[in-house]
Parts: sequence; structure tokens; C-alpha cells
Amino acid sequence: MLKTFRIGGIHPKENKFSAGKTIQPIALPKQVMIPLSQHIGAPCQPIVKKGDKVKVGTRLGKSVGFVSANIHSSVSGTVNKIDKVLDASGYKRDAVIIDVEGDEWENAIDRSETVKKEFNFSSREIIEKIAEAGIVGMGGATFPTHVKLTPPPGTKAEVLIINAVECEPYLTSDHELMMEKTEEIFVGVQLLMKAINVPRAVIGIENNKKDAISKFTNVATSYANITIQPLKVQYPQGGEKQLIDAVIRRQVPSGALPISVGAVVQNVGTAFAVYEAVQKNKPLVQRVVTVTGKDVKNPCNILARVGTPLSQLIEFAGGLPETTGKIVSGGPMMGKAIAGIEVPVTKGTSGILIIPTLEAKRKAMKDCIRCGKCVNVCPMGLNPTLLMNLTEYEVWDRAEKNAITDCIECGSCSYTCPADRPLLDYIRLGKGKVMAIVRARKN
Amino acid sequence: MSILLTAVVTLGVIGAASAAILYLIGQKFKVVEDPRIEQVQEALPAANCGGCGYPGCGGFAAALVKSDTMDGFYCPVGGQATMDKVAEILGRTAAVSAKKIAVVRCNGTCEHRPRVNYYDGASNCAIASSLYGGDTGCSFGCLGLGDCVESCTFDAIHINPETMLPEVVEDKCTACGACVKACPKDLIELRKQGPKSRRIYVSCMNKDKGGVARKSCDVACIGCSKCFQVCPFEAITMENNLAYIDDDKCRLCRKCVPVCPTNSIWELNFPPRKEVKEEAVKAEV
Repeated sequence: MLKTFRIGGIHPKENKFSAGKTIQPIALPKQVMIPLSQHIGAPCQPIVKKGDKVKVGTRLGKSVGFVSANIHSSVSGTVNKIDKVLDASGYKRDAVIIDVEGDEWENAIDRSETVKKEFNFSSREIIEKIAEAGIVGMGGATFPTHVKLTPPPGTKAEVLIINAVECEPYLTSDHELMMEKTEEIFVGVQLLMKAINVPRAVIGIENNKKDAISKFTNVATSYANITIQPLKVQYPQGGEKQLIDAVIRRQVPSGALPISVGAVVQNVGTAFAVYEAVQKNKPLVQRVVTVTGKDVKNPCNILARVGTPLSQLIEFAGGLPETTGKIVSGGPMMGKAIAGIEVPVTKGTSGILIIPTLEAKRKAMKDCIRCGKCVNVCPMGLNPTLLMNLTEYEVWDRAEKNAITDCIECGSCSYTCPADRPLLDYIRLGKGKVMAIVRARKN
Repeated sequence: MSILLTAVVTLGVIGAASAAILYLIGQKFKVVEDPRIEQVQEALPAANCGGCGYPGCGGFAAALVKSDTMDGFYCPVGGQATMDKVAEILGRTAAVSAKKIAVVRCNGTCEHRPRVNYYDGASNCAIASSLYGGDTGCSFGCLGLGDCVESCTFDAIHINPETMLPEVVEDKCTACGACVKACPKDLIELRKQGPKSRRIYVSCMNKDKGGVARKSCDVACIGCSKCFQVCPFEAITMENNLAYIDDDKCRLCRKCVPVCPTNSIWELNFPPRKEVKEEAVKAEV
């Protein structure tokens, strides 16, 4: 019996159409738009101006504040302007727009493909290099990695858990990366272990990636302190707290950080980015993006530079199908529908999912029939239908008592609701309000 | 006979003792309430809308009586008349303040502001705006999902099905400010009602640069500053590519209205302009 997390969870159809497709680089765009905020936290301060010549890896934005990450140029060329551009949500945010000329890289960056294994770094050096490279959580949450690797005083990490679960249906970018860059990922994991000074690491992989499990198990034989943990396929296993429960059977208390049970979780894509940053001095300027969907001609995994318009990636995958009803950035469960396709790839773009019209439309909300399915599937053990009602009627004190802030926004409740109620939509709103109230009370 | 007497006497004594105890307890735990609170509360409109910032009319009355001044206390529903009455009860004088009314600062109807995508999530402005910018190119404009309508206890704001924009019913609006708080895009503002309900305001909140704003909406303020230049009373300020008319300084001369290239300045309840006058204004510009 394979391990999985113990509370709730669902198993949507996997639909991994792009599995096994090798990662293909995409032609350089004519112009890139690099947003100054691609992470959770404060946006960057731009340090280039119009007319500046930049190379790949030139720093464009300096992180300000504790939770923030640097931004680097993903192309070489001239800065056209710093202006507001539409992001995936339809709001306009500051971005550096660069006209691409050639493909020249900063001299410090090692572009060779050979696997380098140099471990002669101190913990602080590794974290500094990660911060310099602007690495953020590659699973989609985009939390700055160097912050996560700096545990608050008084806490001690015991184990590093690598999230190679990729529990979202459709997406295969992590899977392909694992198959093609196995050695590099292991080096990255070693570096991460060194950074937080833990004696062991566990890589959790869902059982629908059997080839990755066997490949990783083979490689892991030469690393005594890294173990591979195959897991039962269950959504949202990629959630930090769910993965910790699945792998080491510890439950993170309500409102606490994973470090409180001695665990630090990092995504497998982040481990690869750490490898590149520390061994090759390469900042985070490109990532693997899955372009997929039922009617997409050529579902594929693309290595795209940050700032490339999504339209170009969709073109590469065979263009927008006629049946397009909705385009989602990310996976079908936690991804967000985007307002237009002329928006750039960011550090957190794990996939582009094109959903046909027939499946895209949400059904009209009906009355709650009190079946309790949402309560059953909630991986955090919450009562979604109650939280939705409390939000609708703005009963914030009760919403707080019922732990609305523990919601991880996985969407299992909305997925399972037979009355098509927009449970998560309301809970997310309520969560924001309650968090604001809690913050105000603290100050 | 004596049985009857005993019963009457016993019950009488018990009754008297109980009355004494109740009286003493009553004296001990007596709550002295200022009688003026009740008087003030009676003078208030009893709408319990919270527009004054206190939980209902009772809360407002208690806070008002407790306080020494009338400063910071205003019942938007009752307006000046109610405040004068309340002031009389308390033996104070109420500051004169003009009656206000809610205005919606967006004129992006379907015809002016073409749709670029469709939203089919929960029908709630707060949720929609936390997820994305809106179904048109303008991320500042009205989403049309009616959070303001829902918040109004006076039935004074409705979505016009043709324009998909909210419209304020002047007679019913009490300027309680519930819709101002409900709008996630901050489009609703309480402005002076003005003499004969005449008022002028910029019906746009788009802070994009002129070209971008114009592209997404025909009637967006493009920040050209023409109204700012023509205003003789310095009532107009320009900030973030957006004009704002200060209703304290505006004297309703209407000079700014015809100069606006996108017709984003609105005049309400004015008599129709005379042809000659309009030309004269244009010539002056």
C-alpha cells in the first residue's frame, strides 16, 4: 500500500497528454516583457533604464524588502522601456520591455551541459547565491527560495522534502525535467541540504511517473542520504502540508509553518534552478512550460525564456484550437484563467492549459444539498460549505474560528460539489479578509 | 375566620419582605441612563444603516450624548434637519454641512468599452476583482456584478440592464456610504448634491496613460489636462493621468464639460445649454 496524505483529497482524471515529450527550446521572441514582480512579496526596484544594453543574466531589478527576489534579463538586447504591461490577471503591472538582439550571455555564466559537482560552499554562500539568482518556488506559488531556506530563529530543520509529485492533472513539466536532468537535480538537492544543514532528504514522487521513480531510485543508490518515496496518486499531494504528512507522517499544526515539524519542502524544479545558480552561476531566466489541452495539436514541454509572450508558446504547440473556451495559466485545479494571451511567461508559469468551450463554462450555482462531499475531500479538514456561507454573510469572527486561514486554495471542494457552488471563490475572498483583520489586530 | 386572617397576614408579610428585597436590589444595581439618549434616538431616522460609522442609531445616539461636541457626528440619512433637531435636544449647535449623494465614477457601458473576455465565476465584484482585472481592457472600471446594489439598504442603486452600470436613484440615496465601501474598484464617491441637484464630476477612474485608456474605453479620462487649464476656480487637480473635480471649490460654471475630448466629465440636472453660449466657450478655449 503506497503512502499518501491522510485527510481528504481527490483524484481527477490525469490527462497527461504531454508526458514523455522531450523539452524543446523555443525560438527567441523579438521582444520580451519581464515583469518586476514575479514572486510573492514586494516588487523589484528597476536598476536599468531606457536604452541600456543588457545581456542574458544582467540584473534588471533589485529585490527590496525581506520577502522579494531579484529579476534578471532573459535575453540580450536593448531596454525599450519600463512600462506597465498586462499580466495574466488583466491588471497592469510594471515590466521591463527589451528588444532582443542576438543571444549574448553574461561572462560569468557557465553554459556547458556537463554536470558539475562542486560542494565546497558554506550554507551562507549557497543561500546568497540563490538569493542573487532570484530563485523562487517553481511549483507555482513563487515564494522566494532564499527566504524559505532561512528558518526563523529557534527552529531547526531535520529533513528536506523534495516535491516531485506534480499532482496537477495535465502538467508534465516537472516530470520531463526529472527524466532529462536527473543528475543535476540530485546535485541541487545536495546543495539545498547543505544550505539548511539537514542530514537527509526525501523525494516524493507520485506513482503515475513510474519511469521517473525507477530512474531516481537508481541514481539515489549512489547518494546515501537521499531516499525516494513513491506515493499514491492523490490531489493535492503537492501541497506542502499534505506532502509532509504523506512522506514523514507529521501534521503541521493549524497556522504554523512546516519548519515547526522540522520539515522544509522544495519543488524539484527549484532544486534544478538551485543547481544552475550555484554550479553554473545561472540566474533564473528560463523555465519549462507545459502547453497542453484536449484539442491542442501538439501538446509539448517547452523551455521558454521568462518574458516570452504566451501566444508564441501556444503557436509552437500548434496554435489555438477553434474550440478554445478558456486558457489557464498553471494546472486545471489551481491555475488561473488568463484575460489575454499577449502576457509574458513568468517564473511561476508551470503550464498553459487550453480548455475546450464545452468543458470550460462553469455551471450555474444551485442550492447546497448538505451532502458533505466538500467536507470529505478538504485536505485541511475544514468545512468549506460553512466557510462559504460565513463569507457570504461576512461573519468574520466565526470564519476565523473555523480556521478559514488554513485553506490552501486547492479547489477540491469546488471540484467535488454536486450543486456547482463556487466554494473556493468565496473562501478565498473570506480568507483574504480574515487575514487582513488578523494583521490589523497584530499591529 | 382566623385561618383566613393567618393566610392574609402571612402572605402580606412575605409580599412586603419580597418587595423590600426587590427594592434594595433594584437600587443597588440601578443603571442610570441619560434620558437624552432616548430623545436623540427618537429624533434619528431609525434606518440603522451604519452610515454614521456607529452600529445603528442607538450606538450613534449614545456616543453623541457622551461626547461634548458635535464634531465628527453626522447622520447622512437624516441630513441637516435631523442634526439640527439633535443639536437642539443637546443644547449645542450643529455645523452646517451640505447634503451628499453617491455618484458612480465609471461610464464604461458595453458600447463604449468593448469586452475582451468573459468571466463566469461567482457573481460577486469582490471575488471577480481579486481574481482578475475585468472583462474589458480597462482594469479600473465597473465590473457590473452588483456588490453595490446588494449593500444598499435603501433600494437606491440599481444595475441598468442596458449599460450594465449601476445607477443611483437620487430621491432614495441617503449617502450612507455602504456602496462606497462595497465597491472593490473604489468607483463610488459621495459628492455634494449641489443646488437643485446640479453637479459636475469626472466619470472615470482610469489611471492608465492617455493612449492606453482611450484604447480600452471611448469615454475614459485620458489625462489631457484641458479641464484643468480651463477651470477658473482651481477646482480641478490632475493626478496619475486622471482629473478630479473638488466639489468644495467647484462653482458649477460648466466650462470644463465641453472641453473634454472624451466626454468623460458629466453634468447632471443642468438646463440645456444655449447654442451661442457653447460657441462662446469654445472660442474662449
